[in-house]
Amino acid sequence: MVAITSPAFKENARTALADPGLQKALGTAKGAFLQRRAQAVANLPEFEQLRDIGRNIKNHTLANLDFYLEAYEAKVKAAGGQVHWCSTADDARAAVLEICRKANARTVTKGKSMISEELGINAHLEAHGIRPVETDLGEYILQLRQEHPSHIIAPAFHLNREDWEADFRRLHTDLPPDRVFAERRDILAEARTKLREKFLEADVGITGANFLIAETGSSVIVTNEGNGDLTQTLPRVHIALASIEKVVPTLEDATSLLRLLARSATGQDFSVYTTFSTGARRPADLDGPEEYHVVLIDNGRSNMLGTEFQEMLRCIRCAACMNHCPVYGAVGGHAYGWVYPGPMGSVLTPSLVGIEKTGLLPNASTFCGRCESVCPVKIPLPKMMRHWREREFERHLTPATQRGNLALWAWFARRPGLYRMATRAATTALGLLGRGKGSFRSMPLAGGWTAGRDLPVPEGGTFMARYAKEQRRR
Amino acid sequence: MTREAILGAIRRGLKRGPLPADQQAMLGGRLATHPRHLIPARSRLPRPDQVALFIRNVEKEFGTVERVPKAEAVPAAIADYLAAQNLPSRFPMAPHPELTAIPWSSRPLLEIEQRRAEASDQVSLQHGYAGIAETGTLMLPSAPERPTTLNLLAETEMVVLRASRVVGAYEEAWDRLRAESRDERSGGFMPRNIMFVTGPSRSADIEQTLELGAHGPRRLHIILIDDDPAALPMGDATAPPPVAVPGGPAAPGD
Repeated sequence: MVAITSPAFKENARTALADPGLQKALGTAKGAFLQRRAQAVANLPEFEQLRDIGRNIKNHTLANLDFYLEAYEAKVKAAGGQVHWCSTADDARAAVLEICRKANARTVTKGKSMISEELGINAHLEAHGIRPVETDLGEYILQLRQEHPSHIIAPAFHLNREDWEADFRRLHTDLPPDRVFAERRDILAEARTKLREKFLEADVGITGANFLIAETGSSVIVTNEGNGDLTQTLPRVHIALASIEKVVPTLEDATSLLRLLARSATGQDFSVYTTFSTGARRPADLDGPEEYHVVLIDNGRSNMLGTEFQEMLRCIRCAACMNHCPVYGAVGGHAYGWVYPGPMGSVLTPSLVGIEKTGLLPNASTFCGRCESVCPVKIPLPKMMRHWREREFERHLTPATQRGNLALWAWFARRPGLYRMATRAATTALGLLGRGKGSFRSMPLAGGWTAGRDLPVPEGGTFMARYAKEQRRR
Repeated sequence: MTREAILGAIRRGLKRGPLPADQQAMLGGRLATHPRHLIPARSRLPRPDQVALFIRNVEKEFGTVERVPKAEAVPAAIADYLAAQNLPSRFPMAPHPELTAIPWSSRPLLEIEQRRAEASDQVSLQHGYAGIAETGTLMLPSAPERPTTLNLLAETEMVVLRASRVVGAYEEAWDRLRAESRDERSGGFMPRNIMFVTGPSRSADIEQTLELGAHGPRRLHIILIDDDPAALPMGDATAPPPVAVPGGPAAPGD
């Protein structure tokens, strides 16, 4: 698995906020996603109904997950493919390596896959003398920079055009150093040429899967670049990596979810390439891989079933939640410290790697609720972040001062008369102290809070006092 | 065994054992009947408007469409397109009977090779299985007569599609495939690969700004043969674009 820096979320966030390059990139990218999604949703009057349908399809599948996985496996076998069941990341890495070794693979091309990041496939292959080549444009530059994705569908979200140009000049040393990148498309054209060689020389192609289909034994990928299709069409062996919750019953179920996916993700009506792969090359076919393997991975998902986090397994990885998250928009994806950033990551990461190291993530939320309101399968993300906060508190993982203050507040809150008296006294005192100032720049015992913002001076009485007055007036 | 361990863990999570036979039969029935969900009304249109919607959506996604009255007109349309784009007149073509039956000899300068695509090809000609009006999407199932590489390797992909193969929604295309396709190996209907293609390839990975021509074709050109009299454009060319009417005439396959 990739290293985790989630325990350092606060430091990561501070660094991110002070990084001008990152802030510029976040500023450029943020609005585009929101606007495009809003437009796509506005153009489909049935979108809200489809969200309910998407939620129901996923709920039905999860409730019968064992049945649908067995049905899926039978169909893959019938189509001449193989399914490799893997409980852990170790199992999955070993399965992938073994398939590559049997194929005598030296070069492996890869389509974009978050589960591959979760498993750390690239490092494992490299350690065994096999060269993995990322072919998604964003993943390609991150591999050159030895970085991880900062976004689940736009991996190079944190980079600016200047970064691309500088990295291509630094690393494509066989090309003239004084070549001109007049347009973004010149960068794209150079990557296309470079990667075309790799597509042709690869022995194995590894992709992820957006869906698995029990009815037909198919794996589905969606891409805009066509890199995933070249990856799974040209090499002799195709490996699809998929976690167990990717399965859906039928083509009709997948179709309904696909209507939600691209609109929620990039604001497209449909991705450029939506491809269903079912087994290996048929005898008379002129192209396609001779072997088709599915590495089916649990790696912590089955532990989420039957818990308050089961609904997280509905996630179709569209990234709408992070695109609409004010915290993600301020600090970017790397600050979260593991594979999955943003609201979905703040729920999923503790589920997969434990709350001990990741307690700060479900706390890094304002609970504004935008993530849930745009989620295509209606995952109650804020509610689940709150569940993680509760678990963290129950297990005494929260710091002593925080626990102490919460206990103090709880003591007051259980004594309404005393609570109202205390808040009334505090409000009156602050009102007097700050009269004419409008706000306090600093406050004893609240330095952490006022370091980043001013505290407004209270005006008038407390909420309860005003509420009582309104009631009397009626 | 890992497989049993995972299935066991799932059942423990769901707090039950393997499903009883009657529930398995019910779920098996759902797989066999594959019920449809809500289908957006936008593609439920009279035939001429459905084909017009398909074309509009292809163009919205940066593809191009040329309508020709009959198969005999395809060679001239292709020759003119290639000349206009300054592209070579030699290209691989899907060895599909509908394409090989086209009278190519009317344009002797076209050098057509029936084969899969190779990396050096600049242009390819594919056979379109179906068009989906809902999003302007081509459905291209793999077959010996429809190699997948023709969708991917050339910078310019041309596709010949008959207007009678344009349907409203994806579900109608699935039903056609179920009715028409047999896969020897699996005994089912799914070929090895089905690509749904909506416009030419693109990437927005550089500053979330769209650029056409990533790893797949930079241009997607569809030659649409008007073989369906019911789908021909209606007389008034100035009519406003059609609006989908919920509850309007049902599309074929509804």
